[in-house]
Order: sequence, then C-alpha cells, then structure tokens
Amino acid sequence: MKNMFARPEKLSMYWKETTRQMIDIGIGSLVIIGLVSVFIGAVTAVQFAYQLGSSSIPKYYIGYIVRDIMIIELAPTFTCLALAGKVGSNIAAELGGMRQKEQIDALEVMGVDTTAYLIMPKIIAAVAVIPMLVVLAAFMGMAGGYTACTMGNLVSEAEFMQGLRAFFEPYNIWIMQIKAFVFAFLLTSVSCYQGFFVTGGSIELGRASTSAVVISNILILLADYILALLLT
Amino acid sequence: MIRIETIKKQFDDQVVLKGISTVFEEGKTNLIIGKSGAGKTVMLKILVGLLQPTSGTVWYGDTDFTALNNKQRKAIRTDMGMLFQGSALFDSMTVEENVRFPLDMFTNLTWDEKKKKVNETLDRVELTGSNNKYPSEVSGGMQKRVGIARAIILDPKFLFCDEPNSGLDPTTSMKIDKLIRSITVENKMTTVINTHDMNSVMEIGDNINLLHLGELAWVGNCKEVMTSENQMLQDFIFASPFLQRLRDAANSKQ
Repeated sequence: MKNMFARPEKLSMYWKETTRQMIDIGIGSLVIIGLVSVFIGAVTAVQFAYQLGSSSIPKYYIGYIVRDIMIIELAPTFTCLALAGKVGSNIAAELGGMRQKEQIDALEVMGVDTTAYLIMPKIIAAVAVIPMLVVLAAFMGMAGGYTACTMGNLVSEAEFMQGLRAFFEPYNIWIMQIKAFVFAFLLTSVSCYQGFFVTGGSIELGRASTSAVVISNILILLADYILALLLT
Repeated sequence: MIRIETIKKQFDDQVVLKGISTVFEEGKTNLIIGKSGAGKTVMLKILVGLLQPTSGTVWYGDTDFTALNNKQRKAIRTDMGMLFQGSALFDSMTVEENVRFPLDMFTNLTWDEKKKKVNETLDRVELTGSNNKYPSEVSGGMQKRVGIARAIILDPKFLFCDEPNSGLDPTTSMKIDKLIRSITVENKMTTVINTHDMNSVMEIGDNINLLHLGELAWVGNCKEVMTSENQMLQDFIFASPFLQRLRDAANSKQ
C-alpha cells in the first residue's frame, strides 16, 4: 500500500493510464449499470405498491421510497456488487496475466515502480468514476420505478413525482457518495491484490479472478453494514 | 562490468545457488549455460534484482546492487535492458508503442525525436515498417526482436537475455544471436545471456559460465569448449549422439 503512493517516474504516463482506466471502468460499465438500476428501481416500485395494497398510506410514498432506497442503499451497493463482478474480475485477470507473461517483471527491470504504475491509476480511476456511476444508477433506478408505476397503473404520474420530491434529505446524498467511495476502493484494491500477486498458471489465474469477486462482494456487504451503523 | 561474489540462493530447504562468484565483462557476450534446473534463471533474476540473494553481492562497477533499496536501484535499472524468454511485450500496445514505452516513461524527448529513435531502433533489429502491428500479429522471432528493440532503446550499459532462442527455428536463432552479438560490440554493453542453445555457445560465447546443480562448474570461452577436458562441460555440450559423432570425427582427423 505504501509503495503504491510512490513518486511517479513520469506524471503524464500515470495520468494517461488513469484516464484509460476511467474510460474502461466508466464508459465500459454504463450499459450494465443502467440495466441493473432500471430493473431494481422498477421491482422496488412494484413490490412496494404490492405491500401498500389497500392500506391508508398515501400512494405517493412509492415515489418517496424508491428515491430514498435507491439513494441510500440500492444504487451504491448494487452498482458496486455488479462492478465487483465486471471490473474486479477484469482487473485481477489483467494484472494476473501481466504477472504470468513476465510483463510486470519487464516493467520492474526497466525501473518502473510497478505497484504505483499498475495499481494506483486503477484505484484513483475507480474512486473517481464509480461515485458518478452510482449517481447515474440512482437516477436510472428512479426512472425505472417511474416507468413501472405509470405503465402498470400502480400510481399516477403526478403522485409518483410528488413522492420523489417529498421529505428530501440532502444528507442522504452524502451517505450514497461515502458508500460509493469506500466500495470503489475496496473492490479495486482487493482485485489488484489478487491479480498482482498471482502465482502459477491459468487455474490459479481463474481462482484469483473468482477470489477478487467473492472477497470484494463480502467486504462491500460488510462495509455497507458498518457504514449504515455509522452514518444513519 | 558486473561482478558477483559468493551468491547463494535458497528457497525453503532447497539451495539453488551455492556461493557462485564470477565476472561478466564489458563489450562481451557472457553466457550462463547449464541443464534445466541448474539455477540459470534464478541467477539472472538475482542479477537484475527481481530476486534477492540469500547471501552474497552483485556489483555493477563499484556499486553493490544488492545493498540498494528499490528507489536507489532505479538509477542502475535505467542502464539495464532485458529480453525475456516469452518476450514480455505489452499485448495491448503496438510494436511501436512497446518500443517507445521506455522513452515515454524515462525521457523528455519530443514526439518527433521519439519517433525517430524508435524507427532507428526498429531498423537496427530489422523490423522496419512493423510499427503498427500488435505482438499477436508478428512471429515469435519478430517478437524477440521487438523485445530486443525495447531493451536497447535507452542505450543501456547492461543487456540481459533469458533464453533468447527458445521456441525459435535454428535460422532465426542464429539471426537473434548475431543481432545480440553485434549490438553488444557496437554499444560496448555488458551482455549476459542465459541459454542452453549449443549454437549460441559455439558462436557468440565470449565468456561462458557453466552452472551445474547450483555451482559454477566451468568458465571459459567458445574456443576452449572443444578442447576442455571438464567432464561436466563435455556431458552438457556433447549430450546428443550427433554432436558426439561430430566431436569423434574431429578428434580422429587430428
């Protein structure tokens, strides 16, 4: 971890690598995150409408619940769990492959600080881009909820919009961003570790990739619980 | 010049190198030869600092490389180039980007200067016009030459080659050998080659170090190989019946 923050040999090369990672993580994950979020928002709206049934709770609460649950919990957690699968396994496989093909050794012999050059840009890119993806996921989730409610006649458009605007607590945005930042750091650092220190052949590389996803997911859920206790 | 003194390397209970001392001379192709498992790769990795010896020292000129930390080693490493057994080219980069990488990372040359230097180096390794190809689009021999180009682009003082001929046909092997030899002489580099290719031993072995079970069994040059009576060297060099017949034929003529 300490070596990771070593002084770069050449800042422009590190920046180039960071932007490449940002594009890979950000643009490369837009479709999956969009799809996951739309459906989660839709399912949340439909199921909450079902639970409300004929109770006396106003229907506009569906919009309110979809908004808050997306912001506080589902957008950061589901996005990062999905990214642990997509980005985490990708990072572990990329670094593991580089290790096995002696590309990391080649960089070291050249005099490149490999932990700094290969890991730091990934972590910086992830903690910069993933919170943006989480914001997008929250909006997409609300859009999914809106579409499900209006198309399924669960609640009127006006009521859903009223719910989206009701009882808004700006602090919840902070909770979402703190969670996104912590989860992003966890999933990239775990995946980098698993890939960077892989030994053996293709079976071990596969195991490292799987471990990256499994350990990241467990740590994200654990961190989610701890952050929930600390922040709410 | 590189000098190693009583290098010992142990992995758990297994002693791979048992106190080796030798000198790799400037402007010469220094070969480390030996059977598989003799400790050649471990020795090369210790020389470039990828492995730390259990005991002993590696001297680059007057600098004790083994006593330096990673930060201090960087200065010497910019004078090193290394060709890996599998070439270790970056798959996602073109030939030009691979060769240019050390220039991008360690120099402040302009784009045009870098382009010129890359093209000169690609010409030197006979890869003119291959700039935009990816490593997967070129042959094994060409990959080795790209590896050599990347290793020498910063005009290093020390060149290390790990099995440069592995997986290559005899003709391509000879081309690679000649290329390494000529670069070594022209640039007055200290070149260390890890090989068990007999052609390399006979053709470019200015200074040959035979490793046997982790010990230095013989030191000499390619001319002395034929006349040496060292049994371990004879067993290694003339392992194949074909070479034994050649040797016997040569002896009978004398």
